[in-house]
Amino acid sequence: MATLDGFGRPADVPWWVGLVLLPLLNLLAAFVIAGGVIWVLGVDPVAALKVLVWGAFGDTDLIGFTLYYTTNFIFAGLAVAIAFHCGLFNIGGEGQAYIAGLGVGLVGLAMGGWPWPVVMAVAVISAALFGGIWALVPAWLQAYRGSHIVITTIMFNFIAASIMNYVMVDVLIAPGQQAPESRAFDPSTHLPSLQDLLALFGIRSRTSFLNVSFLLAVACCVAFWVFVWHTRWGYGIRTVGQNERAAVYAGIRPGHMIMLAMVISGALAGLVAVNVLLGAQHRIILNYTGGVGFVGIAVALMGRNHPLGIFLSALLFGALYQGGSELNFEFPKLSTEMVVVIQGLIILFAGALENLFRPQVEALFRRRLRAAA
Amino acid sequence: MSLPVADAPAIEVRGVNKWFGTNHANRDIDLAIARGTIHGIVGENGAGKSTTMNIVYGYLQPDTGEIRVGGRPLAVRSPRDAIAAGIGMVHQHFMLVDPFTVLENVLLGAEGGMTLAAGARRARDELARLEKDYALEVDLDAVVGDLPVGVQQRLEILKALFRGAEILILDEPTGVLTPQEVDHLFRILRALKAQGKTIVIITHKLREVMELTDTVTVMRRGEVVATKPTAETSREELASLMVGRSVVLRVEKPPAAAGRKVLEVEGLTVVDGQGVRRVKDATFDVRAGEIVGVAGVSGNGQTELMEALAGMRPIASGRVRVSGADLITPSRRPDARAVRQAGVAHVPEDRQRVGMVTSFTAYETLILGYEDDPAYTRGPLIDWSGVRMRCAKEMEAYDVRPPVPTLKSSKFSGGNQQKIILAREIERNPDVLLVGQPTRGVDIGAIEYIHRRLVQLRNDGKGILLVSVELDEILALSDRIIVMFDGMIVGEVPADQADERRIGLMMAGIAEAA
Repeated sequence: MATLDGFGRPADVPWWVGLVLLPLLNLLAAFVIAGGVIWVLGVDPVAALKVLVWGAFGDTDLIGFTLYYTTNFIFAGLAVAIAFHCGLFNIGGEGQAYIAGLGVGLVGLAMGGWPWPVVMAVAVISAALFGGIWALVPAWLQAYRGSHIVITTIMFNFIAASIMNYVMVDVLIAPGQQAPESRAFDPSTHLPSLQDLLALFGIRSRTSFLNVSFLLAVACCVAFWVFVWHTRWGYGIRTVGQNERAAVYAGIRPGHMIMLAMVISGALAGLVAVNVLLGAQHRIILNYTGGVGFVGIAVALMGRNHPLGIFLSALLFGALYQGGSELNFEFPKLSTEMVVVIQGLIILFAGALENLFRPQVEALFRRRLRAAA
Repeated sequence: MSLPVADAPAIEVRGVNKWFGTNHANRDIDLAIARGTIHGIVGENGAGKSTTMNIVYGYLQPDTGEIRVGGRPLAVRSPRDAIAAGIGMVHQHFMLVDPFTVLENVLLGAEGGMTLAAGARRARDELARLEKDYALEVDLDAVVGDLPVGVQQRLEILKALFRGAEILILDEPTGVLTPQEVDHLFRILRALKAQGKTIVIITHKLREVMELTDTVTVMRRGEVVATKPTAETSREELASLMVGRSVVLRVEKPPAAAGRKVLEVEGLTVVDGQGVRRVKDATFDVRAGEIVGVAGVSGNGQTELMEALAGMRPIASGRVRVSGADLITPSRRPDARAVRQAGVAHVPEDRQRVGMVTSFTAYETLILGYEDDPAYTRGPLIDWSGVRMRCAKEMEAYDVRPPVPTLKSSKFSGGNQQKIILAREIERNPDVLLVGQPTRGVDIGAIEYIHRRLVQLRNDGKGILLVSVELDEILALSDRIIVMFDGMIVGEVPADQADERRIGLMMAGIAEAA
């Protein structure tokens, strides 16, 4: 569509430039620089890339671990994204997920003997409540007292860590042991792993942490899409996020929407605990989140706050996480810290610098379109 | 054609084109501004005047074309380049730091050293000289936030001169000024011209152009339609050039058949966040089947009045009754949704920042404020396909162009955005319509359409409260006119006895309360 109103307006850049070409360019740039770093350390970058890809997708158990991490990143990414649609930067996903671990853990410890679907349902509600309420306090402070949500959610991460420290070391620690872990949940509460489910269809796969929470994450992606773009609450949240004055004009109360978005955000972050504790570890562990909540920020940024994009970027980060640990295993020179550096580069290029190449690429396309016109 | 540089125009704009999305804001602009003259650029809102000058000043980059300053091509990539080339600009909205003093504001970006002290001393001497030369009357140590707008504007001029401006661009400088301040400004501008400076003044007020300028350029719909010596033209000619044909601002309307009171405002006082009383003890009413116009220089409490009536702002005292029932009192504070449900629709004066979410599509904008209405929902879900169909229908009924419901709201021109908002508010069949600046930034065809719609709504027996800073619009549409000055209602005039001069005096706070 070269013209809309009869005279020669420069045509818009094709849609796939923003949605496909630029993310790929950013990813490429991140890999090139990471490759340079690896090369400086005396490791062949091509060999390292091979190990990374094989480590993430080389076998059914490796794919299983990749998807297990993907599940965490989907929950964390959706959590950041819902807050973002309301114009809020929720840095507190980490703390919300961590506190939700308590909610899940109490259910896992108390409901021994119950069938897993019941336990899972109760644990999901409990995780959502714990995470949601943990997010509600900063939300209320933002909505009605003007405390900046970035600051308060960061502080709430520390408070969550301290509370969990106390609970794990002094209250829930398994009797007669040194490590700050709770006693193991009853096997009846364990979520079925996906290889068990796949086995029902005659598909054989090897053991991994992947469990039914992955399906819950996919369902959350769909629910997210319906909620944000097809309900009046989603409409209200987006209005507040884009233009608060217009929201006031419309009679949408910004305070209500901020609280709503943050409760949902905290609840989504909390679901990480279902995947990790009920699906994989079967006990409460100190610091079990390990930064998932923060990676969620990058996942949401790269996924443009859209569930489809979040699914894809969560998959990328899941693959990096899983493949990265293989990298360290294969090349002792690439310490775990180096793997974190590579992940950091990807976050930097794909998330924070998403507009790095945009002006040049768009100008290039505009020139070509004008020349063609 | 290479002119000798000495005789070259101060500024030359050659073949400039600029698009904003679908909007061709500047089309092949050619413009030459002679050195040492005052050059007026006139045109309606949205004609592209500010766009052209923002390109000259480096705020915007042209899509094609070039700028020449003093005969040489100049690549103005940012205002910094323009300032270096001796161009200064005074914007409609001032670029000042309120908590800083006048001196600190002048120094901003021209501090002249690591510490302020030396630069400040030098600046103080230079400023004292400039101030005396041009009778700017600005206290260097006053805090800017405390100064009246007229003084803030003179400070902007002072800033430009301090940076060595030889060419001064003023964008709609008189919109916020009192008549006395306008006179003062014009004295300053004439003094500057006498010193050999070049002045470009963007305005849509023809009286000022005739009084002040040497040459005038008329723009219409993004194009330059004429450039003439001011002495060889007239207000009438400029007006018809601006709109492309002679305007009939008198809207055809039958005599008002005013019925019951639909909106009653008693002793309404509104206090803003800073504790300033913006509306003071306002009392008036609007009847069914009439248009009540609120005239006033912008910033005299009209915005706050409208926002309070629309439920966007709490009131300090007084009460508002709608169709005979109390709606708003200091203790009863319905939000905008409750006010709408009581039958009061609102077309806000700032349509882009308040009336819509520009990143939303047209059909999403169409339900803003009504998104929980059963007509648009199915259970918890919004019935988007129904909304899209309705949007397509209303776009046709209100002549919105292009009639594409899925287009982003920001991609429509001002007039078409306004039509979408009008469609949204009118089609819900309100008893009272609050309308702020209905035609600001709207092209002439859309103005006529919007005016016809408002009159039609009035003929259908609705009560309309119209706020506009365009006195012509108030005079053309209203059945009764109330005048606001400094938050107070200083007079009320039936439209058939209204006279522009008398209302103008009341707007300036000079006349007695009628």
